[in-house]
Amino acid sequence: MNEKLPVDGRIPVRYIKPVKGWVAIDVRELWVYRELIYYFVWRDIKVRYKQTGLGIAWAVLQPFMTMVVFTIIFGNFARIPSYDLPYPVFSFTALVPWTFFANGLQNAASSLVSNANLLTKVYFPRLIMPMSAVVGGVIDFVLAFGMLLLLMLVYQITPTANVLWLPVFLLLALVSALAVGLWLAAVNVQYRDVRYTLPFLVQLWFFATPITYPSSLVPEIWRPLYSLNPMVTVIEGFRWALLGTNTPPAPEIVLLSSLSALVLLVTGMFYFRRMEATFADVI
Amino acid sequence: MNNKSIVIDAKNLGKQYRIGAQRAKYKSLRDEITRGAASLASRLRHPRANRNSQNYFWALRDISFEILRGETVGVIGRNGSGKSTLLKLISGITYPSAGYATIRGRVGSLLEVGTGFHPELTGRENIYLNGAIIGMKKVEIDRKFDDIVSFAEISRFLDTPVKHYSSGMYVRLAFAVAAHLEPEILLVDEVLAVGDAAFQKKCLGKMEGVVQEGRTILFVSHNMSAVKQLCTRGILLNSGTVAYDGSIDEAVEQYVTIAQQDVASETVFEADPSQPMSITRLSTRNEQGDKTAYFSSKESITVEIEYRVHEPLRDDHIFIILDRADGLLVLKTSDDDNGRETRMDLATGRYISRATFPGGILNEGYYRFRVVLGKRKGVKHDEKTSAYFEVEDTNDYTRSVFGKRNGALLLPLRWDDCFYEPFDELT
Repeated sequence: MNEKLPVDGRIPVRYIKPVKGWVAIDVRELWVYRELIYYFVWRDIKVRYKQTGLGIAWAVLQPFMTMVVFTIIFGNFARIPSYDLPYPVFSFTALVPWTFFANGLQNAASSLVSNANLLTKVYFPRLIMPMSAVVGGVIDFVLAFGMLLLLMLVYQITPTANVLWLPVFLLLALVSALAVGLWLAAVNVQYRDVRYTLPFLVQLWFFATPITYPSSLVPEIWRPLYSLNPMVTVIEGFRWALLGTNTPPAPEIVLLSSLSALVLLVTGMFYFRRMEATFADVI
Repeated sequence: MNNKSIVIDAKNLGKQYRIGAQRAKYKSLRDEITRGAASLASRLRHPRANRNSQNYFWALRDISFEILRGETVGVIGRNGSGKSTLLKLISGITYPSAGYATIRGRVGSLLEVGTGFHPELTGRENIYLNGAIIGMKKVEIDRKFDDIVSFAEISRFLDTPVKHYSSGMYVRLAFAVAAHLEPEILLVDEVLAVGDAAFQKKCLGKMEGVVQEGRTILFVSHNMSAVKQLCTRGILLNSGTVAYDGSIDEAVEQYVTIAQQDVASETVFEADPSQPMSITRLSTRNEQGDKTAYFSSKESITVEIEYRVHEPLRDDHIFIILDRADGLLVLKTSDDDNGRETRMDLATGRYISRATFPGGILNEGYYRFRVVLGKRKGVKHDEKTSAYFEVEDTNDYTRSVFGKRNGALLLPLRWDDCFYEPFDELT
């Protein structure tokens, strides 16, 4: 779709023709529609906790209660090492970005199907839906992050100067969630199998990420494969930046993680664009 | 002709769908594997078979037209003639399979009621959300906000979630937002079928205003009187091709002729197990119980609805809408109008229900039923339209005195002479 919206009274001209094969990503058009991302995010946040007793507190409670369970099982029973950090802080630091990633991924994957009525009635760049689904998680993240700071205060842990790197790791989590979300959203339109695969995929991914355990437990030979998972860098990065674990994620791990996230994102975008022409017809 | 004044220039547009694709809704990987295996097997057996001709059909084919700035064009045709597909192509929702079109100007769609509304959000919030969805900027919405609210007549309920709105308020709000979009090209798909008469009039007035500003309207509707009122030009689609393109009066006349060809006593539909309920057959029967599509105006008309319940349901109803061929809505009715006990539990299975219209009411003409399965509160499981049936006026009184009478109803009224006094004799 080659749409140019009116600029200074100029009349936009659009050409409609069959699409075949790969389609470029129309960044200009996305920019024109940027307000729509804002409105979708705003809608989702407004609606998400409607008719819940505890409201937005759920954004904090969800990872917090998971942390409590993990502390009891993995911290106390299994006595999994945690870089000599109190296990609650160790796991909660991981759970906050993980929850952001997992929710973003799942919301993005179902974004097209759950907005099917819009998809078949109105035109706007479809990329906006998975994008706003992921971005919408930022508010929940900020709240949970506040809880994390509180927890650190309780355990008297002060972040180091490395904390300045935190936005980079958050961005990596966002990119990863969007990348995989794009793939799954596009596949989901055609094959609703995604709905059934998704919980399993997220669970598997959870265990392939150092949330309940430190990544140092992973045998050396598995490290390269392990670090293809971008969330490894995100989680270890969070711990390093916030808790001052003296084991920053190794440069080659960061590189591999970022590269794999980027590859997933670019291929995901192109696959999405390619399938976009058929969305309204098959959904 | 000045090239610049052409706002839509379509050349040989075509849209192909896979047969069954719409009914199957979506695929599962397993089906796909089975299908893949089956098609591989068939290709091994018939190596040169052309799969295109077998599995695809053209919803639109070779559509060419030019629409000028400021024109109001009614797009009419029977269900499935490709009207909505054409609008979807122009708005960019789907892509054509063949041909191309050039569109000059921003395209705005008047959406089906409530699309893009969120029930939990207030009227105020939905104005912004819906405005953004149909392509308005925030500054634009800010500027028109008061106009929208006053047009929709909802100022008192601005901060009430729209789920508490009446359906009338809902429609008014949806129309009001879209009507203030001010696109160069406005697409209107059957929205005027809802709302009360006064509001419909207001909407038509608003659209006439849009035309006076030099904008272009494409109007899809079954309501021929609305189409005639608003449009100067008509494009009649039939089975995916342009059957007529010219004056609106001629287009409507031809449309009614086409409708007459679509007379049948029974229409069969494929069950859709992805929905809780689906209609599988609609037929019309006379007083003797015979299937027929031809009735005398004295006869009662029974509509028989065969449907399937795919999952156990509570509190679901059958709604029947009777339309005349020119789009006049004659009657809306539902299965509990008569105080019939609400069907609390509907087990899965095949059902047949009948509703009988008494004879001696409908004037002659072509009619058809729309049957909706769903709940009172706007949940729709399925909607199907029957073929047309013909009512012939066999009353002696209309024939002998007036020839053919106009009007939707042929209702002999009860007459009473209640007073008589002879004149005083003038002597």
